[in-house]
Amino acid sequence: MTRINVNVDGTAYSDEVEPRTLLVHYLREQLGKVGTVVGCDTSNCGSCTVHLDGKSVKACNVLAVQADGREVTTIEGLVKNGELHPVQEAFRECHALQCGFCTPGMIMQTIDLLGDNPQPSEEAIRHGLEGNLCRCTGYHNIVRAVQMAAGQVQAEGSSS
Amino acid sequence: MTIIEPTTGTQREVGAARRRKEDQRLITGRTRWSDNIQLPGMLHMAMVRSPYAHAMIRRIDTEQAKALPNVISVLTGKDVAEEQGVIANAWAITTDQKAPAHLPMAVDRVAFAGEVVAVVVARSAAEARDAAELVDVDYTEMPAALDLREAAEDKVLAHPDLGTNKSSFWQLDSAAQGSGGSVDEAIAEARANGIVIEREIRQQRLIPAFMEPRSTVVDPTGEQITMWSSTQVPHIARFLLAATTGTPESKIRVIAPDVGGGFGGKLQTTPEEWITFLAAKRLGKPVKYTETRSESLMSGHHGRDQWQTLTLAATKEGRVTGLKVDVLADMGAYIGLVGGGVPVLGAWMYNAIYKFDSYQFNCTPVLTNKTWVDAYRGAGRPEATYAIERLMDELAVEVGVDPIAIREMNWIKHEEFPFTTVAGMTYDSGNYEAATARAKEIFGYDDLRAEQQKRREQKDPVQLGIGVSTFTEMCGLAPSRVLGQLNYGAGGWEHAEIRMLPTGKVEVITGSSSHGQGHETAWSQIVADRLGIPFDDIEVLHGDTQVSHKGLDTYGSRSLTVGGEALILAADKVIEKARPIAAHLLEAAEGDLEFTDGKFTVRGTEQGMALTEIATAVFAAHNLPDGVEASLDSEATYDPVNFSFPHGTHLCATEVDTETGQVKLRKYVAVDDIGVIVNPMIVAGQVHGGIAQGIAQALWEEAVYDDAGTLVSASFVDYTIPSAADVISFDIDHTTSPSTTNTLGTKGVGEAGTIASTPAVVNAILDALRPLGVSDIEMPCTPHRVWSAIRAAKGGQS
Repeated sequence: MTRINVNVDGTAYSDEVEPRTLLVHYLREQLGKVGTVVGCDTSNCGSCTVHLDGKSVKACNVLAVQADGREVTTIEGLVKNGELHPVQEAFRECHALQCGFCTPGMIMQTIDLLGDNPQPSEEAIRHGLEGNLCRCTGYHNIVRAVQMAAGQVQAEGSSS
Repeated sequence: MTIIEPTTGTQREVGAARRRKEDQRLITGRTRWSDNIQLPGMLHMAMVRSPYAHAMIRRIDTEQAKALPNVISVLTGKDVAEEQGVIANAWAITTDQKAPAHLPMAVDRVAFAGEVVAVVVARSAAEARDAAELVDVDYTEMPAALDLREAAEDKVLAHPDLGTNKSSFWQLDSAAQGSGGSVDEAIAEARANGIVIEREIRQQRLIPAFMEPRSTVVDPTGEQITMWSSTQVPHIARFLLAATTGTPESKIRVIAPDVGGGFGGKLQTTPEEWITFLAAKRLGKPVKYTETRSESLMSGHHGRDQWQTLTLAATKEGRVTGLKVDVLADMGAYIGLVGGGVPVLGAWMYNAIYKFDSYQFNCTPVLTNKTWVDAYRGAGRPEATYAIERLMDELAVEVGVDPIAIREMNWIKHEEFPFTTVAGMTYDSGNYEAATARAKEIFGYDDLRAEQQKRREQKDPVQLGIGVSTFTEMCGLAPSRVLGQLNYGAGGWEHAEIRMLPTGKVEVITGSSSHGQGHETAWSQIVADRLGIPFDDIEVLHGDTQVSHKGLDTYGSRSLTVGGEALILAADKVIEKARPIAAHLLEAAEGDLEFTDGKFTVRGTEQGMALTEIATAVFAAHNLPDGVEASLDSEATYDPVNFSFPHGTHLCATEVDTETGQVKLRKYVAVDDIGVIVNPMIVAGQVHGGIAQGIAQALWEEAVYDDAGTLVSASFVDYTIPSAADVISFDIDHTTSPSTTNTLGTKGVGEAGTIASTPAVVNAILDALRPLGVSDIEMPCTPHRVWSAIRAAKGGQS
């Protein structure tokens, strides 16, 4: 077992982990951060995407010990003072989720994408999200949500 | 664009693009996936699966696994042979259907690679998996029936004891049932004086590939055994657990918490659920099993996988006179929950939106030593729609007219509804002219045809193709009587309940459950309008057999058309139960009361009382009329009188690089007529996602087995579901001809996009390649396949 000190969503944690423990399993099983999910075994789907020191990583592709001394942000750490993150808001406004399983990863990746490129073209959005799979939406509304978060489009037909 | 305006009184919510109630928790990670559940003392299970497609199990050595620390139990099929129950085949499509017994855990013989032979239960998931690696199984490999067509010839038997691989034979013949003429006569006549088109079409094997891997937790502590499972069918699971394991139904509670997609893939009762149930019962401790993605792809049921042999007869002018269909359907190793009926569901859809004189459908489901095949989004209808829409394009080429013109010549005119088809189905409504006109307009059909002509003349290496798909489907499974005639094991009704809480809030309980469809939002909209209760005061509960005690679950685009109607009936009962109480409290005659906007008013006066006030008065029950029960709560069960028949016109433009075989989507337009729309935002999402899945069948996805029967595409590296970079934005719109068989006029939309888009894309590819002499291609249309087809047409080697 190896001791790690990690800051997750603003809280400092100190834990013993097996060296083979993946970051995503550490988050889910030891910290109860079950908002971050596992969708595949091959780092294709991106459902487990979190931020490590502010950059998106697939948490199934990082060992927990690699997070030692670093900051992790998960989907559960985005709400500040009761306010949704603008990307969360955009996903809801644009109906960019159906079953919602890919959504935490998709939102974390979108935040990273817009950090790198605040005004992406549709093509840049599509390529920027290539590592995150969604089976429900056909990506149409996910692209719209990214555009809305970037201030490029307004939500359509809102009634609430 | 709207053809017929809905006439449903004072609607505020129905038709509004309400943001979804369920999203708040989903976008913040406050979710309850089955795998999130942690219980005191919970144990974890890992499976030992067969690496062979067909083998006898000689010996299983579990000693090394048992010796690992923290391993609680190792079970083999033999250990539990007497108590494990069976996995149900609920649709014996013929009374003489041959179906192998499907045990949760194999005892003597495995019939596909991925079948469970033993399980390990340990304190952690990692320890369970480590120990599973140490279970040593001796197999004697047997010849495997893998290729569908060879299997149909019984060269190698998938299950030697059955004596054949052919599970059944099912036929629909229009002459025999009196819904049309003789197809053989029509074909003979067309061979002499008309046009005959013959095709063999491969419907490749697909995998539903929902994003949330399946997970099951069973807690045997307490009076009831509780199962949380990532399933579309909690009620069916509960019923079948009771029926096959001997545990009384009343002692079982099944909960489908947040479920991450299904697409038919979770319309199953699974070996993994049954084994988890058994292990938890045996050990007296909660047990969790969560599959890996590879396990999901190899052991969750697959979809499609057919060979279709088609003969279409037409006059020289292009009027279709007959269609003969012979389907070989690969069932895989076992007949799943509804798998026996899935290929047969296509029987009513091959004639699609057209008027044929004669029709015959023959279906032979075949057992093989591959993963079992069952429902996948569309389930029987996409296969049928693909076949007929491909044939209509070929007929257009033969006749020398535009593909839309050939369809128009054959389709049912909007004034001809209700229309009984050659397959014997009565379509209640539709307007194919309107949907097609609108689709052509948005698509810029004539301009794209002009561009195509230009590229052809210029011999552009990148050719433009335009694909047409004018589809219909049958939704809203299903009238129970029809299911009974088809030998299905259950009915097709749905149940709803409305509870009027004393605080003015309303609980709505529905028997179908959502795994992405947005029931919580759409159902709130319906009840809000019907009872005049604010949208936010309504809570929709589903997916827990203790809360929603009756239901037949979610599949076949049934939730709204069947479950929505049950909801309306329950709401109307609430109003009728409130009426005498309102009359009593308002000191008025019942006949003088009218109910609008959530309030009973005495006609011609200002005097009135809100339904929520009556609910509070009923709770206190201090002043109720004599003989009236102190409850407004109501429930209703609705059995549909007919299917509903959504339809639409999808147009796809593709650019095909004739030098590399690369296909690029250029434009996709979908105009769907799904009747009255409750929430256009949710509907758009369903259409988008459906289109993408159908495109994926056309271009990318295929479950591939090697010669030994190993699934090669058993990860997302090899089973290539599309990413955002693979697809484009879609242009969608609607025309509306309300269904006449339910109160709201809804038709169902869950599967429409998937059914329509596959032929639209392949027709577009072939339309691009037509001048090069290419007239057929097998799916998925990978660059290599497209390039090979071009080379073959040129006379070169493929």
